Amino acid sequence: MINGISINYYILLSAILFIIGAVGVMARRNSIIIFMCIELMLNAVNLLLVSFSTLHNDAKGQVFVFFIMAVAAAEVAVGLAILSMIYRNVKSIDTDLLSNLKH
Amino acid sequence: MIKLVGLVPLFPLIGFLINGFFGKKLSKGASGVIACGAVLASFIISLLLFFEVEKLPTHSATINLFDWISAGTLSVPFEFVIDPLSSWFLLIITGIGFLIHVYSTSYMHDDAGFSRFFTYLNLFVFFMLLLVLGNNFLIMFVGWEGVGLCSYLLIGFWFKNNDYNNAARKAFVMNRIGDLGFLLGILLIFVTFGSISYNEVFSKAGTASEATITAIALLLFVGAMGKSAQIPLYTWLPDAMAGPTPVSALIHAATMVTAGIYMIVRSNVFYSISEVASETVAIVGVATALFAASIGLFQNDIKKILAYSTVSQLGLMFLGLGVGAFSSSVFHVSTHAFFKALLFLGAGSVIHAMGGEQDIRKMGGLKGHMKITFATMALATLAISGIPPFSGFFSKDEILAHTYEHSSVLWFFGQVASMLTAFYMFRMLYLTFYGNFRGTKEQHHHLHESPKAMTIPLIVLAILSVFGGLLGLPEFWHFPNWMSEHLSSLILRKTPVTMAHETEWMLMGIAVLAAIATIYVAYVIYRQKNIIPLKEGDKMPALQKVIYNKYYVDEFYDAIVRKPLDLISTLFYKFFDKQLIDGTVEGVGSGVKSIGGLVKLIQSGNIGFYIISMVLGIVLILLFTFII
Repeated sequence: MINGISINYYILLSAILFIIGAVGVMARRNSIIIFMCIELMLNAVNLLLVSFSTLHNDAKGQVFVFFIMAVAAAEVAVGLAILSMIYRNVKSIDTDLLSNLKH
Repeated sequence: MIKLVGLVPLFPLIGFLINGFFGKKLSKGASGVIACGAVLASFIISLLLFFEVEKLPTHSATINLFDWISAGTLSVPFEFVIDPLSSWFLLIITGIGFLIHVYSTSYMHDDAGFSRFFTYLNLFVFFMLLLVLGNNFLIMFVGWEGVGLCSYLLIGFWFKNNDYNNAARKAFVMNRIGDLGFLLGILLIFVTFGSISYNEVFSKAGTASEATITAIALLLFVGAMGKSAQIPLYTWLPDAMAGPTPVSALIHAATMVTAGIYMIVRSNVFYSISEVASETVAIVGVATALFAASIGLFQNDIKKILAYSTVSQLGLMFLGLGVGAFSSSVFHVSTHAFFKALLFLGAGSVIHAMGGEQDIRKMGGLKGHMKITFATMALATLAISGIPPFSGFFSKDEILAHTYEHSSVLWFFGQVASMLTAFYMFRMLYLTFYGNFRGTKEQHHHLHESPKAMTIPLIVLAILSVFGGLLGLPEFWHFPNWMSEHLSSLILRKTPVTMAHETEWMLMGIAVLAAIATIYVAYVIYRQKNIIPLKEGDKMPALQKVIYNKYYVDEFYDAIVRKPLDLISTLFYKFFDKQLIDGTVEGVGSGVKSIGGLVKLIQSGNIGFYIISMVLGIVLILLFTFII
């Protein structure tokens, strides 16, 4: 129990967030939205880590979350840079158009 | 003094190297002088050695230059032997070789490959000297292969003509068959006696069983068949006439083709022990003599006539070897070297004057235009026909007399062969030099005697052909037979059969009368009736047609050897090469390619698809790990 709410709900919320993220990555074609969905999946995991950390009174999980956030920030910086370069070259960020590496 | 023997082959080797590496930069005069000088130097040393060896108490000396091969029980020193036999061959090779070199400087003068020609010629002399000088079978084999190589190079000297290349290849392949026999013979000698040095092998020859000796002798004879053009391996020699004429004179008449005879005389111990082997040699020899002489009857190419004549004369020499008359065969080798080299060089002189024409049907009446060539060739023709007192008479008579001691049947066939020889030689002489000129006007205008560099060797050889008989006068004339005494230390004679003098006189009389009678027949046909051989494609009697086409032996070999080989090769090509090997290799390649073609469909480039696959993959992995 955390603040009177069962851990099951935290897990459920995290799973829903993760599935939304995963489906978004799979279904959408706009690169920025795919990017946001990836962030959503990351944060779903973060939520789970923090929940269990509080449940077990163990700060290790929260430390992990900080690391993940730092890495995610760096990843966003690189990813957005790549996206803007793609946009400059292709004038689009639709992933279906990016199939030049096909056989 | 004897130590100088190493120099004999060294000079031609140096000549070969100079002409081979710098021939293109040298002027024609310079490369000719180098080549001739090298052989002349060898000749002078050979002459000195020849007299030096006579003085030695044992009449022989061996000179160890260095240890060549030493492996396990096999030890082969690079050793030269100088004894009456090898010193005599040295004189023939370098002496006649020198004359032919001099002749070639003029004959080949306008040829683009002048220095290349002398390079090969010097290399040939080097290998031939190695063959004769070696003191064991291996050095002989090296020389044997070397002269085969030079023969190949010189037959195909004008390599732009494909027929000549084919002739060269034919000679090479035919010789290879013989060489295999020779090589097996050497191996058997090594296995039996544990050594391949002459002295050791011949002194141990009595210890081996007669069957082994017979096998060795027959294998060596197979080698001799190839090199010396005996049935069934003779067909390369007539084709070898594709080479320049001096080559035909030096290699295919005077020296290389007598290597087989040298080898058998050298290993006469084996042939004296094995009755079977020496009978085989005699029968093959007489068969070749008769067979080739009959083909010679209807040939129209001046060089082909001489080629068949050479095969036939070599057959006579083998007949001599087979009946144990080893020194008579060496005697005939010598006189034959004189007159056959002369005939070839004379033919070369004629071809030179005719502007390359070799067909005797288009010659005639050359007597007045080329007096020296005519005179020398006529002397050589008398010599080869066995008219006394020319050299061929004595050597041929000696062989036939020894054959008669052995078997009168063999003597009869040998006698017939020598009659045929007299006939076709005079046929050639009459058609070439007598009658009216049958060539074109241009050729007639161009007719001239050859330059001095060509006629002087002819004259020297003519002198040798006339007086060469003095080397071996018949024993019953109470003159010393120099040749048989000279070689006596080397040859294991069987108990000599002494014939009654009447018989010897009778044989001699038959030989001379037969020769004169056939010459008269030739005279009637080709001089009085002026009959010219039929043109190509004219109808001729069946027997003549068969002989004219050389008994279809080439076609026969073609049918029994080449065609089956071709068939098997095609079979192997189509099945093993095309299907088995190509199928496997190409199958692996095309298999990989088709699997790749299937797999590449997944790589659509669609990111969404990749991610779905990834997620599905992860879900499946999770399912497998947790549920199963």
